[in-house]
Amino acid sequence: MSAIEILGVRKDFGSVPVLRGIDLAIAPGEFVVLVGPSGCGKSTLLRLIAGLEDLSAGEIRIGGRKVDDLPPKDRDLAMVFQSYALYPHMTVRGNMSYSLKLRRTPAEKIADTVKRAAVKLGLLGLLDRKPRALSGGQRQRVAMGRAIVRAPKAFLFDEPLSNLDARLREQMRFEIRKLHRDLGATSIYVTHDQIEAMTMADRIVAMNEGTIQQVGTPQDLYDNPANTFVAGFIGSPAMNFVDGMATFGQAATELAIGTERFARLPAMRMPGSADPPRDGRVIVGLRPERIAIAETGAGAIVDLVEPTGLGSVVHLDLAGQPVKLFTTDRRPLAVGEHISLRVAAEDVLLFDRNTGLRLRAAG
Amino acid sequence: MRSMPLRRTLGWGLHYGILGLYLVFALFPLFWLVKVSVTPNDLLYSEGVRLWPSRANLEHYASVVTHTDFPLFFRNSVVVSTATAIFSTCCAAAGGYAFSRFSFGGKFWIVGLMLVTQMFPLVMIIAPIFRLLGPLGLTNSLTGLVIVYTAFNVPFATFLMQSFFDAIPRELEEAAMIDGETRFGALLRIILPLTLPGLAATLGFVFTAAWSELLFALMLNSSTAASTFPVGLLSFVSKFSVDFGQMMAAGVLALIPVCGFFFLIQRYLVQGLTAGAVKG
Amino acid sequence: MTTLDAAGPRPAGAALRRLRIAVEPYLYTLPAVFLIAAIMLVPLVIGLSYAFRDITLLDPTSGGFVGLDHFRDLAADGNFWNALNNTVLWTAASVLLQFFLGLGLALLLNRPFPGRGPIQALVFLPWAVPSFLSGLNWAWLFNPVVGPIPHWLFALGLMGAPDNILSDPRHALWGPIVANVWWGVPFFAITLLAALQSIPDDIYEAAAIDGAGAVERFRSTTVPFLAPTIAITVLLRTVWIANFADLIVVMTRGGPADSTQILASYIFTQAFQRLDFGYASAIAAVLLVLLLAYAMTVLVLRRALVRRM
Repeated sequence: MSAIEILGVRKDFGSVPVLRGIDLAIAPGEFVVLVGPSGCGKSTLLRLIAGLEDLSAGEIRIGGRKVDDLPPKDRDLAMVFQSYALYPHMTVRGNMSYSLKLRRTPAEKIADTVKRAAVKLGLLGLLDRKPRALSGGQRQRVAMGRAIVRAPKAFLFDEPLSNLDARLREQMRFEIRKLHRDLGATSIYVTHDQIEAMTMADRIVAMNEGTIQQVGTPQDLYDNPANTFVAGFIGSPAMNFVDGMATFGQAATELAIGTERFARLPAMRMPGSADPPRDGRVIVGLRPERIAIAETGAGAIVDLVEPTGLGSVVHLDLAGQPVKLFTTDRRPLAVGEHISLRVAAEDVLLFDRNTGLRLRAAG
Repeated sequence: MRSMPLRRTLGWGLHYGILGLYLVFALFPLFWLVKVSVTPNDLLYSEGVRLWPSRANLEHYASVVTHTDFPLFFRNSVVVSTATAIFSTCCAAAGGYAFSRFSFGGKFWIVGLMLVTQMFPLVMIIAPIFRLLGPLGLTNSLTGLVIVYTAFNVPFATFLMQSFFDAIPRELEEAAMIDGETRFGALLRIILPLTLPGLAATLGFVFTAAWSELLFALMLNSSTAASTFPVGLLSFVSKFSVDFGQMMAAGVLALIPVCGFFFLIQRYLVQGLTAGAVKG
Repeated sequence: MTTLDAAGPRPAGAALRRLRIAVEPYLYTLPAVFLIAAIMLVPLVIGLSYAFRDITLLDPTSGGFVGLDHFRDLAADGNFWNALNNTVLWTAASVLLQFFLGLGLALLLNRPFPGRGPIQALVFLPWAVPSFLSGLNWAWLFNPVVGPIPHWLFALGLMGAPDNILSDPRHALWGPIVANVWWGVPFFAITLLAALQSIPDDIYEAAAIDGAGAVERFRSTTVPFLAPTIAITVLLRTVWIANFADLIVVMTRGGPADSTQILASYIFTQAFQRLDFGYASAIAAVLLVLLLAYAMTVLVLRRALVRRM
């Protein structure tokens, strides 16, 4: 049985549809990340699960039980907000014990639970401080402590790291992950940052414009994106998209970029079809880190080189189209230099121009 | 560059100078009130225009407190104003919270209703209210006044409370609701404690407004027992039209509660109105 | 809570929950709305109806419908037109003076300076003074027997003799106007100060870097930001002042020779001295219509201006 099931959920704000039919099943103990650009509906979905908004259509079940009509307080969920939402007039201890007090837990048990959570999060020395005397990272931990003491059915995270600086964000990512491993609780995490998604998720749900674009493990989404949105969203530096001309044969596909022949790929099929697609223009996806500088291959001109310490991002002109390449090769490159590129066949992704869907190899 | 310090000194001089003028304009009438109230009767006319009497005493205050109904009027005003302040603030807090947190169809109409009531001549409804409250036994009564005053003050008080609520992030009550509170519980235990300055400002504002109200207090009751001090003071003026000393003493006494209150809360009024403006 | 299955009591439960959620905001606003409707709206409607009926309080036979009689009387009533004139003068002078003085005060208080706290509290104090007490106080100040002003004006050569200007039909209206301004400046100052303080600093900094001097910054940055607040505040206060009879009733009772009678105080005297509620309500109805027309005009103008900007 799934920990959380989302069935045919739709949400409209007035006449504006924000979620257009979401189906998702989350297994117990899973760490699921909802990722997508602003406005894709991920926060709305989280709030629907929490009960802070009402469904326009569909159903949500937690632990097999329908929760649509339950107010937030009866859903046995805990939420960590982007702005932490700590109660300003209570101490850290007060913040963390509040929910237990509401449930009339005996004082001893409250003290014990709070203490254990504080130890786990490194908050022992801060229990008597008020939120305004804490740093951003400390407040973040208190917000998590408040969630942990409840031992809820699931944790909901609404972009909790957005307000932290980069260094702190890295550290907190690690701590949240570790906490999840220790507690083994089902977690739904919303973020717009694909690095957070990739490093933290058991499964990623990529969303755009109110629909789910793809669900899968981070590796799945990286290796086998279902469409241009997922391909372009996951991975950093972002995937290159260029126009190409493809001739689809029964046995193989010939791809040309510009006037040059670029690659020979396996035979392709449109998703859900048994025939090769029509010949013509396609979108070609190339990951910057998968393009290699070779002795021979497609020709490109160096435009700009950005060193990143680990390697360099090289901006190229490939038959008139801009392409980025990432290489750890220390070979110095000059602007205007002509180089040759080579990409392995499985690293050349083709997408249909009209739908953005990925063309997959037949058979 | 060398003229800069001079210009700045001149600038600040002008700044304080004009503020000084405002201060004199604002405080002089009050000062005069106090001055006449401590001038003994025999010096009242002979030393009329002096800035301070040659001999000052509190005899007028003594006679106001002991020889007139003034203490009764004062007490009535305190009762009515406090009750009005409390009831208005409660209604306004509930309404202001709703306006701040919910978007609902009736909002436009309710806001419109409140705006309209601020706009028409109150004199117009004195007669109907008199005929409405009369049969209910609410004329000549403090309770009747409290009811009427509360209705008058709720619109502006609601607007004030709304802007104070707007300054508090919604996430706080959402976190509380997830922690196990109902919305009302969250309002009571989490949000309201954070709006204490706002509550104080609203209470003070309504108290001041109720304390000052004249026309309805005059018209809705004809007995001394239920008169508030504005009515009392006005009757003073007609009865004792030459006893300025006593009248001014009564006026000063009546000023003390409101001025004190207002002095304390005016900062929060500005704060609250600013916060509301920022949130739009 | 028991486990519910998909086809179970869902429709009833869901509908109930949705109903509860829809009703919730109304429950919160109910006390306020009920009070306002009962004490203000209903009497307003009744009061408007009086305008078309003969309601004299002491005459037991009154109460009959008289149609537009009151309005006809009104049109022919010289006192009415006089009061209307005075209302315009009273309102315009009060609002303009309160606004500009209030704006000046708000500008002076906007930037922090040593002593601002207590100075601000003191300078706002007049607002706490009950309005009619302000009236009485100024009446006493203008009274040559106990007040200094007639003597000062005489000494400055502005008056022929130290008289009470409240007894002079040509200038009497200025007495209540001064009292009104004294009392009302803090309201404008507080509202405008709040609006000024909500303007983010970086806008000023950007303007200063662009080379704007103080006056130019005021014109191009402060004024547009303040405009919405100004519009609403001025509108509300104008309407309120037009309706404000307390000061005049207390200081002059409309005299001398009706020179300070405004519509609001005229309504008051008609209702409570002549006890002719019907006629008074008719005047009030006219005043209400005029004010609504004014409000509409301002709002339409504002919308047109905003769209132009």
